[in-house]
Amino acid sequence: MEQERSMPVSLLSPRSPSSQPYLSVSVTDPVKLGNGVQAYISYRVITKTNFPEYQGPEKIVIRRYSDFVWLHDRLFEKYKGIFIPSIPEKNAVEKFRFSAEFIEMRRQALDIFVNQIASHHELQKSEDLRTFLQVEEETMERLRSHDSGIFKKKPADLMQMFKSKVSDIVLGKEKPVEESNPEYEKLKHYIFELENHLTEAQKHAFRLVKRHRELGQALADFGKAAKLLGACEEKAVGKGFSELGAKSEMLSIKLQKEAHELLLNFEEPLKDYVRAVQSIKATIAERANAFRQQCELAETTKLKEINLDRLVLMRSDKAAEAEVEYKELKAASEEATKRFETIVVLMNQEIIRFQEQKTLDMGLAFHEFAKGQAHLANGVADAWRSLLPKLEALSVS
Amino acid sequence: MMDSENQGFEEARLYSSHEEVENLDFKEKLSAKSFSNYRSAMSSLSDAHHPLSSPAVLTPADSDPLRPPPMDRDLQKPYVSDHFFSDPLHFSDVNFGPSDGNNVSDLNGVESPSKSLESSGSLSRSSSSNSEYIKISVSNPQKEQEVSNSLVPGGSSYITYLITTRTNIAEFGGSEFSVRRRFKDVVTLSERLAESYRGFFIPPRPDKSVVEGQVMQKQEFVEQRRVALEKYLRKLAGHPVIRMSDEFKVFLQVQGRLPLPTTTDVASRMIDGAVNLPKQLLSESAMAPQEVVQPAKGGRDLLRLFKELKQSMTNDWGSSKPPIAEEDKEFLEKKEKLCDFEQQLSAVSQQAESLVKTQQDMAETFGELGLTLIKLTKFENEEAVFNCQRVRAADTKNVATAAVKASRLYRELNSQTVKHLDVLHDYLGLMLAVHGAFSERSSALLTEQTLLSDLSSLRSRAEKLEAASSKVFGGDKSRIQKLEQLKESIRTTEDAKNVAMREYKRIKENNRSELERFDRELQADFLSMLKGFVTNQVRYAEKMSEVWGKVAEETSSYSKESS
Repeated sequence: MEQERSMPVSLLSPRSPSSQPYLSVSVTDPVKLGNGVQAYISYRVITKTNFPEYQGPEKIVIRRYSDFVWLHDRLFEKYKGIFIPSIPEKNAVEKFRFSAEFIEMRRQALDIFVNQIASHHELQKSEDLRTFLQVEEETMERLRSHDSGIFKKKPADLMQMFKSKVSDIVLGKEKPVEESNPEYEKLKHYIFELENHLTEAQKHAFRLVKRHRELGQALADFGKAAKLLGACEEKAVGKGFSELGAKSEMLSIKLQKEAHELLLNFEEPLKDYVRAVQSIKATIAERANAFRQQCELAETTKLKEINLDRLVLMRSDKAAEAEVEYKELKAASEEATKRFETIVVLMNQEIIRFQEQKTLDMGLAFHEFAKGQAHLANGVADAWRSLLPKLEALSVS
Repeated sequence: MMDSENQGFEEARLYSSHEEVENLDFKEKLSAKSFSNYRSAMSSLSDAHHPLSSPAVLTPADSDPLRPPPMDRDLQKPYVSDHFFSDPLHFSDVNFGPSDGNNVSDLNGVESPSKSLESSGSLSRSSSSNSEYIKISVSNPQKEQEVSNSLVPGGSSYITYLITTRTNIAEFGGSEFSVRRRFKDVVTLSERLAESYRGFFIPPRPDKSVVEGQVMQKQEFVEQRRVALEKYLRKLAGHPVIRMSDEFKVFLQVQGRLPLPTTTDVASRMIDGAVNLPKQLLSESAMAPQEVVQPAKGGRDLLRLFKELKQSMTNDWGSSKPPIAEEDKEFLEKKEKLCDFEQQLSAVSQQAESLVKTQQDMAETFGELGLTLIKLTKFENEEAVFNCQRVRAADTKNVATAAVKASRLYRELNSQTVKHLDVLHDYLGLMLAVHGAFSERSSALLTEQTLLSDLSSLRSRAEKLEAASSKVFGGDKSRIQKLEQLKESIRTTEDAKNVAMREYKRIKENNRSELERFDRELQADFLSMLKGFVTNQVRYAEKMSEVWGKVAEETSSYSKESS
């Protein structure tokens, strides 16, 4: 199952020869379940694959939003250094939680989320992914509620807190240690700046959706009033207004449609882009943690070594104990170093993947945006143009 | 293409060159301010947070589509809130049809394009084959001191405007002349016209504003008023009958003080009233016939006012048929239809304003999106480590450019739309004139009816008196005297009644001819407006489609189908 990482493959279609491994997932069919406050949406998750570990070729399970959250959190824990694809936000204004548009937006975002995982060369191998895509609903529910408890306290943090307390006291400084890597600094700065730009762009994209809706409404109202005016004036002018009104109303519908398209095909991809950047920030934080741990453990180990040597020299009976401790600490330190270095390597790979993927994603989003606008403009032009000969005829009569 | 002269004229403006259209966008902001009714919607049109028209925002390295056409270079300024007030724009650069006062001061040279459309439109309608014209512009507001012999020392100041007229109509006895007038003069003119042209649809004059003295002098208020005055005078000039009136001619031509009687002379009015009163009390109905020509509501003749009020109440509640009913069924039908029409027109006008506002918002948001994407482009280019980033930056720039263009297009579309839809507003204003004309008719009828009923009551009294005095042998000296007086009253009242009848007839005829004219012009104006509006929408939609079509093509490699 070696897929070259340089190829950002989204989906290999099941149509390709069966020797080619593929994993294709879709999130569909949102259905409202439950009552009142406990009501929620469930989704059908369809997996088509020829991966040997999977029950193939097709498996369908029912999942809800918190299951996706479970998957995301587990991946985030296990694959430090990899930019975990992001899920849509939890918070939703109560009023809109079950609006058709919101449901569709969320479904689309979840579909993209799972697919991004399925097409990531490392993440697709994840056991948690397999669990998510395959196990029965009851098992899933058990896992979800079980794990949500533990995940509040991450084991790494516990050790880290302990260690940092010790070394801070020993070293007499509270200042957090940071890498001095100019290239990495540049990257961090880039990521933080990028988030600002993208957030602003997404904000304006959202406003643009709203504007389309408003224009649609204005056209509808205008059309209605024009028709009424046309009705009370019987001569040519009346006819003219009636026709104008009818066209306005028709165009109003087109505008509402375009608003919806814009939302799904332009605003959401931008939002997804923002979330992806935020995921990178989370990885940056993880890397900083790992770096700190590595440094602190290295320091502590060194101190322990010095102490050990001293004890040995003094032929103290504490030396044996100290040696054991030292060996443990050294192992931990090496592990921490390895962890950190893995993250660095992964991040470097991930950045390339991210940039390439985003160029494709945004390219598509831009294309859909432009297409939608062109389509709308054509519709508007056609509609109004068809009115002109009628108005001409009215003027002559 | 479109045949009528009107349409051709419009076309010339609509289909002016691309460059002019770009300029139009910028300059429209100035003229946009003159559409006082759209002020709220248009405040953002003239709002100078116009990053798009201010090229200084964009770096010089940016490619062509973002660089505004050469003309605008002269107007380069950073975000300055009043920049369009300080820029010396010349409307003569842009072909707006009949040049109207281009050599008048810069700021005021900005004519409201719809006016040129309307006045030339209405001119080409009313002066059908001959090329008669009257072109009026109002400009150059100046502060002047009141030279008063009032008790208040120092005197107050007021604003005068320069009113320039160009005409080739012979009766004006000149081809170009200017006078200075103040707003009070305009009020006087409108009142004199109302008196002389009862029954005509006289365009309503601009409102008197109840504001404090200080505000009166503020530039914005003065400018608004200047625009309103210009509109008003042009409308008057567009009315085939009123434009030839003495009052109008005098207003436009006679230098110095306006030689028309004003109504502000309260003191003498009171005296007049007092002088008349004893006569009325004594002779019971000595109404000078010629006074009958004005409605009682003028307030000068209290007695008459009460009488007519009584009469109107009788008419309303009277169980018996009123002496003369408004029999003209056709007229009544027409009136009702006009009421309906006015209601619907008002609704359409409101929705049109909303439409304009949303188009405006769209323009703004597209612009903001474009700018944000441009910033993103720059950022990616500066920070690019990988080639795909540069590719993405190029794609982003394409979209950004298109968004900026779309924003411009929406703005231009809007300023054109505003012009067309302004016809709706004009007609709403005209409806006021129509109401005025109809109410003149009613009050003339009321006067006639009052006099008729007066007459009949006088006659019956005379009869009784005659009968009573004939019973007295040898004649009743006092009764005979009274009878003589009564007969005198009857004669006077009869004269007045005849005058009133003639007046009523005259007004009815005015109403009728005006209604005809109104109908005709309405058809022409509205159809032309509709065509203009629709043509505009088509034009801009086509341009929009072009802009986005290009981007769609350039990004087609990303589409799912192609991979």
